[in-house]
Parts: sequence; C-alpha cells; structure tokens
Amino acid sequence: MSEELHQVAVQVNGKHCERRVESRLLLSDFLRHDLGLTGTHVGCEHGVCGACTVLMDGLPVRSCLMLAAQTNGHAIETVESLTNDRDKLHPLQQAFHEAHGLQCGFCTPGILMTMMAFLKETASPSEAEIREALSGNLCRCTGYQKIVEAVTLAARRIGQAGAR
Amino acid sequence: MKPAPFRYVAARSLDEALALKAEHGDEARFLAGGQSLIPAMNFRLAQPAMLIDINPLKELDYIRRAGNVLRIGALARYRALQRDAAVARHQPLLAETLPHVAHPQIRNRGTLAGNMAHADPASELPAVVLALGGRMHARSGRGERWIDARDFFKGALTTALKSDEMLTEIELPDLPAKSGAAFLEVSRRRGDYAMMGVAAVVTLGADGACIGARLAYCNAGEKQMLAGKAAQALVGRRGADKYISDAAALAESEIDPQGNVHASKKFQRHLAGVLTRRALQTALARAGAA
Repeated sequence: MSEELHQVAVQVNGKHCERRVESRLLLSDFLRHDLGLTGTHVGCEHGVCGACTVLMDGLPVRSCLMLAAQTNGHAIETVESLTNDRDKLHPLQQAFHEAHGLQCGFCTPGILMTMMAFLKETASPSEAEIREALSGNLCRCTGYQKIVEAVTLAARRIGQAGAR
Repeated sequence: MKPAPFRYVAARSLDEALALKAEHGDEARFLAGGQSLIPAMNFRLAQPAMLIDINPLKELDYIRRAGNVLRIGALARYRALQRDAAVARHQPLLAETLPHVAHPQIRNRGTLAGNMAHADPASELPAVVLALGGRMHARSGRGERWIDARDFFKGALTTALKSDEMLTEIELPDLPAKSGAAFLEVSRRRGDYAMMGVAAVVTLGADGACIGARLAYCNAGEKQMLAGKAAQALVGRRGADKYISDAAALAESEIDPQGNVHASKKFQRHLAGVLTRRALQTALARAGAA
C-alpha cells in the first residue's frame, strides 16, 4: 500500500508547526522523531504505562494512542514546555528534584504532564486524590512514595504562589 | 509496535463517514477515542485498511435528557460523563462504574459508544448498559434502527452492527421508582480489567417485594452476560439474605468464566457469588428495602 501523507498544522508548546505525516505515525513518534522533542518517553506503546503522556488542549492523553494526523488544529504540550532554562526549573520539577520524586527518570515526563493538569483542577489535593491521579502512570523503580511527596510539595508551593 | 499501514480519513460529515463505511465495509473502522482500537493496531491484532475518524463530528458529542431517558452521543467521552450532572442524578450506576474504567488519561479520550462497539466482554460498561436496559441507535446510509443492549452484544469483539452501520447513540432509560443499583468488581490493580465484576439493578413493588431485577457480569464468559435465572429468582421475593444467597449461587453456575493466568474459573465463580451477594445487598438498600 502506498503511504499517503496528511498535512498537519498543530500548536506544540506554543509554537505553530506544520508537517506532512503518514497516517500511521503515532503522536509519540511524531513528537520524538519529527520534532526532536525526546522528553516524551515511549514505554509500552499500548496505553498502559503512561510514560508518553502529553497534554492535548490542556488534558493529559496517551500520545502512543493517538495519531499525529489527529492533532491537526489542536494544541499539544510536552514536558519541554515546563521550562527552557536548565537553572530554573518549573515549581513542579523543582519539587520532584528536592523530594527525590524520581529515580531513573523514565516515567517522570509522563507523570509531570499528568500532574500539571491535575494541579490545575485540584488546588489542594489530598494524598488519596494524588494517588488516584497518578494511577495511570507506572514507575518501574516503584518510587511512588517520593512521587506523592513531591506532588504534595508542589501543590503547596503552587497554591502559595497563587495566593500571593 | 507500530500500526500496519492504513488510510486515514478525518470525516467532515456524518453522511461522508457513513458513505465511506458503506463503501469499505469491514475493511474500515470508525475511530472515536481510540483507546482500545489503537493499542490493538499497535499490536497488529487489528489491521483495518481504513480509519474513519469521527472526532471532527462535534454533533455526536452530547449527553442529553429527553423525557425520562438519557441520550449519550457517539463522541461523549468518559470524562464528560463523569462530570455530567444528569448522569450523576439519573444514572448513578454509570457514574459509580466510570472510575473503574482505566485511568484519567484514558478517560479523557475514551467514549462510551466506542466501548460498546468494541464489545470487550471483560469491560465493565457493557455490563452496566445491559443492567440498565439500554438501547443502541445505529445509523447507515440505508437508514437507522434501534437495537436493545441484550441483542447488541454477540460475543467477544462482536456486535449486531452491520458492516455499514455506525453506533451513533446510547439511550439509557431512567429506572422505575423504588429501584436501586450497584456495581462491584475485583481487579488486581485499580484501573485494570476486573477478574470479575457485577452490575446489579433491582426494583421493588409497593409492598416491598422485588418486582424486577437484572444482573450483568464482566469477564464472566466469551460474551457479555446477563444472569437471567439468578435475576428471576429474586422476583416476588423480599430482600431476605436467604434469597440473595440463592440468587448468588444461581449466578455462580449460570456464568461461563474462561479463567486466565490470574484467576482460575473456579475462583472467578467464587468472586461472582460474593460480588453478587454484596451488590444485591447494596442495590436493595438503595431501593429502600426494609
């Protein structure tokens, strides 16, 4: 079968970008291979692990379960959107750094993007709410305790910053 | 782990989507949330020649009250259903079950209609729609028709939909007065498919006796399953524990669990019995049984 191409105009991390993509190109591969945004990690490629989670129009989705062609006219945010300054992390990243919310770091981009949307919807979450929100992200180092602590810390700081 | 090549068409109208489906038949699949279809394609378990993406068809994205039914369009996502006041008020069984379906990221994309059309007997939601006595609205270039949920599911990944039809709407009728419902499941981890799950609905008469019941199961056989004999055993009875136990025992033998690496058939039957008993107790209490 000849591979037909689709014109896609998509907003990625605030930047307009246009590409021609194959029908079968997954959003995860589009981000990594075509745009060079390798912060989005690819784990299981069938929607179980959550490592490839990105925001589409503000909501966390599995980028391995979407086609690049489907993003035409939509806005995608990846972990690269959190900061572009190595010395100045986003408060959520800073909290993960300080609370040891990552070990090998493979699952971290997906968790950060999931938590970005979660903290926007839930200003002062309980531990149970954080654990429920994290349920779709696997950490194979099993570092969940520290991840929950990091999110709790981030929620407090972001809440305080918002209150000021 | 990449899909085999296929043609992708973003539908511009329902008519266009239906015309394409009529033209390409079983070689074409509709793409809604894609949370079951895309993984199957990544594994190459599914290799459709064409995907007809219905996500641009915003007219299919609705949750509406009409008289005493709830109408759920083909693009209504789990996330929207979880946050919908009419679902919470009029279909609490659906609201109670949705948090068991996968994870937030999946629920941001997945749709109820896509779940029905995919027809995985392990999924929770076919059981819920069966227990609620729902109806499916199918459309094609030839016309439209309604299919009762109990006639819709034909087996694993098989439905009554013809090759040119689209499931465009699910209709859930309000339960009668003095009804109660409950969903319970046992899964190894939150969000996993259940080893066993049950949706129970009971309706009581003026004298407090049960006048109607439905018990539907997930992961209880090669197809989506109502336990008719077990439900019938409740009718005419009052909610004494003895009758609940009788119904649970009947359900255990009536279902046809397939067993798997995590749960033997025997264990699945055991779970069905326990869950049926507990779900009936909760449903009866919610119906206002003394």
